[in-house]
Amino acid sequence: MTADAPHGAEAPPELVQLLTPEGERVEHPDYDIDLTPEEIRGLYRDLVLVRRVDLEAVALQRQGELGIWASLLGQEAAQIGSGRALAETDMAFPTYREHGVAWCRGVDPVNLLGLFRGVNHGGWDPAEHNFHLYTIVIGSQTLHAVGYAMGVQRDSAEAATIVYFGDGATSQGDVNESFIWASVFNAPVVFFCQNNQWAISEPLEKQSRIPLYRRASGFGFPGVRVDGNDVFACLAVTRKALADARSGQGPMLIEAFTYRMGAHTTSDDPTRYRVAGELEAWKLKDPIERVRAYMFKNQLADQEFFDAIDAEADDLGRDVRKRCLALPDPEPLAIFDHVYAEPHRLMDEERAQFAAYLEGFEG
Amino acid sequence: MSTLTLAKALNEGMRKAMEDDPKVLIMGEDVGKLGGVFRVTDGLQKDFGEQRVIDTPLAESGIIGTAIGLALRGYRPVCEIQFDGFVFPAADQIITQLAKMPLRSLGKVRLPVVVRIPCGGGIGAVEHHSESPEAYFTHTSGLRVVACSNPADAYTMIQQAIRCDDPVVFFEPKRRYWEKAEVDTSAEPAGWPPFDQAQVVRQGTDLTVLAYGPMVKTCLEAAAAAEEDGRSLEVVDLRSLNPLDVARVTESVRKTGRCIVVHEAPVYNGFGAEVAARVTETCFYNLEAPVLRVGGPSTPYPPSRLEDHYLPDLDRVLDAVDRAFAF
Repeated sequence: MTADAPHGAEAPPELVQLLTPEGERVEHPDYDIDLTPEEIRGLYRDLVLVRRVDLEAVALQRQGELGIWASLLGQEAAQIGSGRALAETDMAFPTYREHGVAWCRGVDPVNLLGLFRGVNHGGWDPAEHNFHLYTIVIGSQTLHAVGYAMGVQRDSAEAATIVYFGDGATSQGDVNESFIWASVFNAPVVFFCQNNQWAISEPLEKQSRIPLYRRASGFGFPGVRVDGNDVFACLAVTRKALADARSGQGPMLIEAFTYRMGAHTTSDDPTRYRVAGELEAWKLKDPIERVRAYMFKNQLADQEFFDAIDAEADDLGRDVRKRCLALPDPEPLAIFDHVYAEPHRLMDEERAQFAAYLEGFEG
Repeated sequence: MSTLTLAKALNEGMRKAMEDDPKVLIMGEDVGKLGGVFRVTDGLQKDFGEQRVIDTPLAESGIIGTAIGLALRGYRPVCEIQFDGFVFPAADQIITQLAKMPLRSLGKVRLPVVVRIPCGGGIGAVEHHSESPEAYFTHTSGLRVVACSNPADAYTMIQQAIRCDDPVVFFEPKRRYWEKAEVDTSAEPAGWPPFDQAQVVRQGTDLTVLAYGPMVKTCLEAAAAAEEDGRSLEVVDLRSLNPLDVARVTESVRKTGRCIVVHEAPVYNGFGAEVAARVTETCFYNLEAPVLRVGGPSTPYPPSRLEDHYLPDLDRVLDAVDRAFAF
């Protein structure tokens, strides 16, 4: 592939797809899904709302209200499809871009914004949502997920663990170690790789000579590539992988073939490393438009429904913005909180010293 | 009372912890069937099974990373890093995840993970098998760092580390593994000194020697020798490096007026630098001499034929004592 060729815009043959970019339902011999109209409307709503939250977050960053934001634009189907495949008792380990999965797990979007605003480093309770904290070091969470899955095995529980990572992360030692651990311990874990074609400025061929899903065979478990912009396919494939994991069949790698339509983060400028035509080609595969087209064609919803979802999205955007702006800055002495679970005399000493120093400015 | 080697005392301590709490797991390379290369986990897999004593793949980051996941699921993993110099592949997981995840969660996540590291030299080993990497970890907030020096402390401190809700890096003086002492395995835990407390292991009046891990024994021998010269050295086993028991150290140095701090690690930016700075802050008007540091040269650990020159010994400690008195 030359440097100018669009990355991944031509669909590879191995792709599991149930809904074409034009909104046509297609069959797949290994994966299928039977969704009620209500479920489909629910998925559409999820897709639209998470895109709206993402848009609001980008705007908040541009207005100086967030330090940075990592947009999920283009990856909504991969995240909603896999996120809605999870059972309540399943555990998810995200990167820092899984805003759609967080939505599925009931994490308030304002919590996510708080992290990027800098009021804390996360702060939600992973056990409450079965959604772990965002992990910023690339790939570290894959090992946490496998360890968690080993705990599930020891508890003899019927639960699966899913872990999210990107194409760049597949080069990390930790990700490869997590594949080995999951394989030899037959851990109930699903590796969900969103191959969005770009690791900041580096295209996939800087990470791999083979399609990523094929890496799994070298570690001794199955791998599959799914159309990451097809919410039906992502749901079907992830649901099957989770069920297999729960029933003791061990790990699986899912490569969700998708595209990062925005910048890596709001600090990034993709015009320096990729051609505009690439984005245009991928826009034709938009994860939301195909569901909308399918619903229209099959009369699963009328204009009133779409208008209502758009209005709900705008309300959500306004609400998220309002509550983000209302987030208070933490008190200075919060620096010393939660570093240790048990009393720690150095924390106590430095907290007291800092408090005394601050008091010196009062009055 | 029973007579135990330091390795056996650790083994008995872990056994007791596993009996007391079914969530305690042992994991590491060769810790199961083999019982660890130093046999510290000998017999535990036989008695507690492969689900609780886990022979892991050979990857240190994987050991710590999966231990974090197990802790998130409610387990209390005790990880063995086979040798000090092999901890570095795990340093990323220890520093960026283990130490920081509780804060990241605003206290909702607790990670009761123990990272056991046999440390120090003196066993004639090849490169990477004789290092003292404690300062890398004492510099990392979120970790507790402790070092045992004798069988009795090994027995109690490993249990306290396992029971602690914070991650603990637990240094074991590998050249002292085979040394024996009386251990009271029947004493109630409530009566044990807290594991973040320093202990005065020899009373003295003229100079305080601060040490931890393998150097405590060396310093006790130096104190015995100094007594023949009419100098009364007080030896304090720091035991906990993060947090440091500044109060006990201060109490001792205010009494003696002189202080040296001894470790195997290189002096430059070693843990002794923090101790010396603290003592200077708290004991400035009581000091008759600067706080002197005794440690390895600020070089990589040498080939083993040179290690007797590298490692602080009784004479190096006494030389520092002489310098402190000559000031």
